[in-house]
Amino acid sequence: MSDATLPLRPAGSRAASVGDRFFALAATSAGVLVLVLLSAIILSLFVEGLPSFRAFGLNFLIDTDWDPVQEVFGAGVPIFGTVVTAVLALLLAVPLAFGIAFYLTEIAPAWFRRPVGTAIELLAAVPSIIYGMWGFFVIVPIMGDDVQPFLTDWLGDVPWIGFLFQGAPFGTGILTAALVLAVMIIPFIAATMRDVFNTVPPVFKESAYGLGCTTWEVMRSIVVPYTRASVVGGIMLGLGRALGETMAVTFVIGNTNRIPTSLFGPGNTIASIVALEFPESHTGSLKLSSLLALGFILFVISFIVLAISRLLLRPRSA
Amino acid sequence: MSTTMGPAGRMPASGPTRDRRVADMLSRRRKWFDRVVQALCIAATVIGLVLLASILFTLLWRGVGALGLHVFTRSTLPPGSHGGLLNAIVGSLVQTLAGTAIGTPIGLMVGTYLSEYARNSVLGNAVRFVSDVLLSAPSILIGLFVYTILVEPFGGFSGIAGCVALAIIVVPIVVRTTEDMLRLIPTELREAAVAVGAPKWRVIVLICYRAALDGIATGILLAVARVAGETAPLLFTSLGNLNWSLSLTQPMSSLPVTIYQYAGSAFDDWVDLAWAGALLITFGVLALNIVARVMLRPRS
Amino acid sequence: MKLVSTALAITLAAFTVGAQAQQITGAGATFPAPVYAKWGEAAKAAIGIELNYQAIGSGGGQNQIINRTVDFGASDAPVDGAKLEQNHLLQFPTVMGAVVPIVNLPGVEANKLKLPSELLADIYLGKITKWNDPRLVEANRDVKLPNVAIAPVYRADGSGTTFVFTSYLSAVSPDWKAQVGAATSVKWAAGNGAKGNDGVAATVKQVRGAIGYVEYAYAKQNKLATTQLRNKAGQFVSPTLAAFTAAADAGDWHNAPNFAVNLIDTAGTEAWPIVSATFILLPKNPVDPERSANVMKFFDFAFKNGDEIATSLDYIALPAGVKDAVRASWHADIRGPGLAAIWK
Repeated sequence: MSDATLPLRPAGSRAASVGDRFFALAATSAGVLVLVLLSAIILSLFVEGLPSFRAFGLNFLIDTDWDPVQEVFGAGVPIFGTVVTAVLALLLAVPLAFGIAFYLTEIAPAWFRRPVGTAIELLAAVPSIIYGMWGFFVIVPIMGDDVQPFLTDWLGDVPWIGFLFQGAPFGTGILTAALVLAVMIIPFIAATMRDVFNTVPPVFKESAYGLGCTTWEVMRSIVVPYTRASVVGGIMLGLGRALGETMAVTFVIGNTNRIPTSLFGPGNTIASIVALEFPESHTGSLKLSSLLALGFILFVISFIVLAISRLLLRPRSA
Repeated sequence: MSTTMGPAGRMPASGPTRDRRVADMLSRRRKWFDRVVQALCIAATVIGLVLLASILFTLLWRGVGALGLHVFTRSTLPPGSHGGLLNAIVGSLVQTLAGTAIGTPIGLMVGTYLSEYARNSVLGNAVRFVSDVLLSAPSILIGLFVYTILVEPFGGFSGIAGCVALAIIVVPIVVRTTEDMLRLIPTELREAAVAVGAPKWRVIVLICYRAALDGIATGILLAVARVAGETAPLLFTSLGNLNWSLSLTQPMSSLPVTIYQYAGSAFDDWVDLAWAGALLITFGVLALNIVARVMLRPRS
Repeated sequence: MKLVSTALAITLAAFTVGAQAQQITGAGATFPAPVYAKWGEAAKAAIGIELNYQAIGSGGGQNQIINRTVDFGASDAPVDGAKLEQNHLLQFPTVMGAVVPIVNLPGVEANKLKLPSELLADIYLGKITKWNDPRLVEANRDVKLPNVAIAPVYRADGSGTTFVFTSYLSAVSPDWKAQVGAATSVKWAAGNGAKGNDGVAATVKQVRGAIGYVEYAYAKQNKLATTQLRNKAGQFVSPTLAAFTAAADAGDWHNAPNFAVNLIDTAGTEAWPIVSATFILLPKNPVDPERSANVMKFFDFAFKNGDEIATSLDYIALPAGVKDAVRASWHADIRGPGLAAIWK
């Protein structure tokens, strides 16, 4: 066999090296393009947000005032709302997504895995505006009529945490937004987890089962350690979507510029305030500049979140 | 990889090997715990399925009544004139396909670059990082960016601007899945191919892509699904069009923007059309997903 | 790769179809979008001008016409004279509309609740928090007001409706003017936001004791429980077309620069106090005179034939004298190449 292929090798490798160089160049320039693109987006946001940073200084980051009439703008409330809704959404979504991925890889009968997996993935295909409409027409009434009054009765008087569950049951607010966000990111996280769980070589799992491990023990001791980095990657994918999600949140957050004391209180996220206020902002106004500055801050938050996750992952993967 | 890694840490000093009774008890507890976890996982899956069913049921309930032939044969018309969604449907198809067609090759190449050429280089890490940041960028900001580079300078809204905005959203999604999938391919496979003299680019295209096809295709489908329903980036790029227009240099209609505007209107026929549109776009995207899966099945 | 080739084919086909003749593009306020669409339908059949109007918000409409990305902009809030001058824009009104309060008070019928204007302001300032507040009871001797907390609802999105509503509250309440003011979005002292007219209406329906404000067309089409308001003459009036027209008639159109007439809290005895006009912005020095001429032809057609359409959609048509004044301003101010008047 090697005799037959040998004469062909020199010619092949010359063509191959041209092809290789071309392919490497194409791949590298695509990478650089993405780098340039994001830099351009961030730079344009920063430049357009500059008047606002100049006017309010660093106070812009913590000031909770947002008064378009007096032209006083602060990013405190939207930053708070963005972080709180995204974290709450992750707290709700990760256990559920893990359960689904675990079910789909280890528990479900083989013939059942594909249809159920597909159904869960389809949840990720639902457009965000549909989540917004669904959230507003289905989740908000349920929250307002049942869930919020129930939680107020049940937890409203508990010391230390009771204040989180008080307030008028509008149905909208921080908790509802987090809930809708959680539903939106569950399929992303679950699908990624399932895909990476499936990459664990069967021989590892089989030997563990052979030693008498239960399904949960195989999951805990074999599958999760093997796939930890990718699992965190999937969670980051979900967190990313939760931080930047716009349309669905605008339907249910209640857009109010006060730091909410209750989980039922209305709030704001950076993306939602930009979407809701941008159409009524004038070119060259301090308001528009503040909105774009908020956009810039959102990118910074994404940077920080990603940097932290990288840092956490490094020692284990090294 | 022994079983003593996890639960074994909590075993009493006597250990199951010495005392048969302790072993039985431990085994029972382990099995009981396993069953609870399994039940919770089934519950989680049921919740996921119920959520999907609830969304689909809401759409069917509100949308089916409004669905008729006129939705597909007539363009958007003012309230009371029995309009349809033809221009919005076609506009959405054109922009989604063109946006995906522009974004996918770029994303594929970037993913390849990250996995095959720059796993640990500084530039590679930077590209990977910004791509992940782009992934979480609110789509409205991407729309605003495209507005400043393609709408303002050219003096008008256009379908092209909409396509470019969607393409920018497609890229990081395809990058992430492509890189993840390529990385999962065992190095042995690549080494085997290189050992028989195949050039690197052919290894990537013929071996790696093929092995990762399922995952990459899923990534592209996720991207299509994401941009097909995007409203925010289109509001300030392709704007929308009340009339039938296929020109990419003119404002172009799209389903999400039409839904967004009609859902909040005062007029029942517009609200009904919004729900019909919501039904169409959701089931359209879902059908696309299912078809693609069926097409992929024989290879996997 | 099939996907790519299909997309390419569609793209090529799209370019060969090319731009349509006589299309005009406008963008801006959400409030008049239905009537513009309806006028557009009639104009397409009658004079062959195809209108593409996109509701992107009043602020967006102003930005777009200043950047000249559209043929005309539309805004619910009038633009001030200096800004018009600076950007070479002509402003004129097209139709008028009203904003109405809506409430969710079980046992209280539509248009039975009487709201003195300063009390409405105090509700939204968070100073009146119960429906059985003595001041509300005093104004409503014939209605039994429940002991229910008031839940004010406002527009979460920046909107012309909020601008009109807060302009009214600023006009009738010095406290409101000092603490909050009037704008498309303001710093609300109390309550909860909801997106769009539909969001406000649904939230009011959902929450017992809620009060909100929506465009009249929205309240009427969805049969929401509106209230009476006290106007400047001291009369309590219900939201009706007659009351809106009375407000429009009481407006001082002739002395309003750039047609920026103030119809808030006008003096008419029968007048509804929250009425406003919506405006079109047109370049005085259009890049493409033909498209600009088509915009004027379109609105001329609408002024001549569109009143009935406007009324059927619960808008209020302009008085005939105002329409003539608008045409005169087109002739005087909009100049093509060589400074020739485009509108003859």
